[in-house]
Amino acid sequence: MPQATDTAGARSVEQRALARLPDLASAPRRSGLAAMAGRAFRAFWRVPSENAYAAIGLVIYALFVLTAIFADQLIHYEPLEILLNEETYQLARNLPAGSEHWLGTTYGGRDIYSQLVIGTRSALAVGITAALCVVAIGTLVGLISGYFGGWADNLLMRLADIALGIPFLPFVIVLASFLGAAQSNVVLGIALLLWPNSARVIRSQVMSLRERAFVEAARVTGAGQWRILFVHIAPNVLSLAFLYTSVAVGWAILTEASVSFLGFGPSNTVSWGYMLQDAYASQAMGRGQYNWFVPPGLCIVLVVMAGFFISRGYEEVLFPKLKG
Amino acid sequence: MRDEILLDVDNLSKSFTLTRSLGDVLRSRTPKVDAVSDISFTLKRGETIGIVGESGCGKTTLGRMLLKLIEPTGGKITFAGQDLSALSHEEELAFRRRAQLVFQNPFDALNPHFTIRRSLYEPLFNTRVPEDKHDRMVAEALVRVQLDGMMHLLDSYPHQLSGGQLQRVVLARALVLQPDFIVADEPVSMLDVSVRAGILNVLREVRDTMGLAAVFISHDLALVRYVCERTITMYLGSVVEDGPTKDVVTNPLHPYTRALVQAVPVPSVDQSHEPLPLTGGLPDARNPPPGCRFSDRCPLADDGCRLGRPALREVAPGRRVACFKVPSLA
Repeated sequence: MPQATDTAGARSVEQRALARLPDLASAPRRSGLAAMAGRAFRAFWRVPSENAYAAIGLVIYALFVLTAIFADQLIHYEPLEILLNEETYQLARNLPAGSEHWLGTTYGGRDIYSQLVIGTRSALAVGITAALCVVAIGTLVGLISGYFGGWADNLLMRLADIALGIPFLPFVIVLASFLGAAQSNVVLGIALLLWPNSARVIRSQVMSLRERAFVEAARVTGAGQWRILFVHIAPNVLSLAFLYTSVAVGWAILTEASVSFLGFGPSNTVSWGYMLQDAYASQAMGRGQYNWFVPPGLCIVLVVMAGFFISRGYEEVLFPKLKG
Repeated sequence: MRDEILLDVDNLSKSFTLTRSLGDVLRSRTPKVDAVSDISFTLKRGETIGIVGESGCGKTTLGRMLLKLIEPTGGKITFAGQDLSALSHEEELAFRRRAQLVFQNPFDALNPHFTIRRSLYEPLFNTRVPEDKHDRMVAEALVRVQLDGMMHLLDSYPHQLSGGQLQRVVLARALVLQPDFIVADEPVSMLDVSVRAGILNVLREVRDTMGLAAVFISHDLALVRYVCERTITMYLGSVVEDGPTKDVVTNPLHPYTRALVQAVPVPSVDQSHEPLPLTGGLPDARNPPPGCRFSDRCPLADDGCRLGRPALREVAPGRRVACFKVPSLA
């Protein structure tokens, strides 16, 4: 076959032209990975600098992440330690907020501020792992379903319909009571039921990308099916996947809180939902202990809102056409 | 070598199945549209054929079939002696190295997430060209499309380039494998007039220096005249005229080609504009007129044209026409 051989020297015009062969080695070459990382980083920072929503959301997230990382340094007491009054040796229950206990103590004599700080950790752990699972499954299903179509698409989308048809919270509760009350089971429940939303959106995006000329170009230059899907198409849906991750974090935290509040969460891990459950069971509201149940509730609202703000901000910048 | 047949298209057809309505299902009917029906022609090594026709006449479908991007429903394509429908995986990769496509819309033909450099190396990687040849082959392709002075563009992304630069990159990507056959699907129709000439000259030059065989798909007779030795006119999925470009343009025989030639705009205000002898638009391909498919718009059509379909026949050496009204010139 003639194509791979040296064709220079066939004709004089060509010879003259090819004598000026550029030296590709000396052309500026930014290494692939570093260039990609730099680009992703710039794209990531561009958004909060242009969009107030995204900036607020990211600041809130950053605060919670820092709190979770340094939780051990920030707490004043062990969150489950039962505190006693040092003089009377009586249970230090229902103390009001003050310098000793920043947010007071619970009916069981535990420090509320320390519980709140430690609760950040479990909230973010559940939120982020569940969101990553949800988006990983959703993206994979969306890519395969949208690109191959046919029976694979049919099968996956019917599975998605089933997952969407199952009532969410009851399913997670049943799963938690069957497999044991652990945070990993809550994550599993969320991952099993929440993927269809992102899968459907990514599927539709892939279906339109599949028809683009650059995909045909990949085919005509010899790329295989899987290479086209994961190397040529997948990078084009990553921003969408990111969007769904930030929404899913909020959903997961909310679900974990609901499950814990309803008493199906693990009893040895302090989370915001656990705190609310504890406050509810000891009738904190009846006693007007706002210092007990308002802070965890507020934290849940803030994290969920931050996720929403980020997704909204990125959506506005990345898909300006969606703006009404 | 020059007269060796590279591509042999034999009675090629493609029909698409349409979505069946309830009525179709009940009558167990499968509605179809014939995008391409019974096309035959041959392309010699180094020869350039133009395929002209209005939108929807099946010329793009034909081009895609020639590159094995869609499978024909009938007929056969033989490329360098090999039947395209029966290629092993290795043979298909070898075919991909030899046959390439130049796209209509350069803004859509490059992956927006790839640098230009990556887009140019991708074909070499995909078709398993030994890695030590990559740099040289890319460099040669860049020289051929005259982008060798623009090496700084290599690490840019497609949205940072102009349409003319993008089309040169698209062309370089097609040439990087040093193919001996390319299909160019409306290669300049999306470009500004000012950069068209540059791209066309590059196309002509690579055709001459690399000895490329090419199929140019276009609706623009002026472009075809500039680049192609032979011209095929298509109407509603079939070939209506085939001959040397010079003869087809100066002395079109089929009434449809005549109308196309007349429709080429002349840049002169003094030029008198005869009204086109054509009325109406392209008929519904699902429901083509009986007999000659052009009969409902043809100024010469009579009852005979509406009954039988004219076959493509040789009226002069190298000239084929599918029309009852054209007398043999030979």
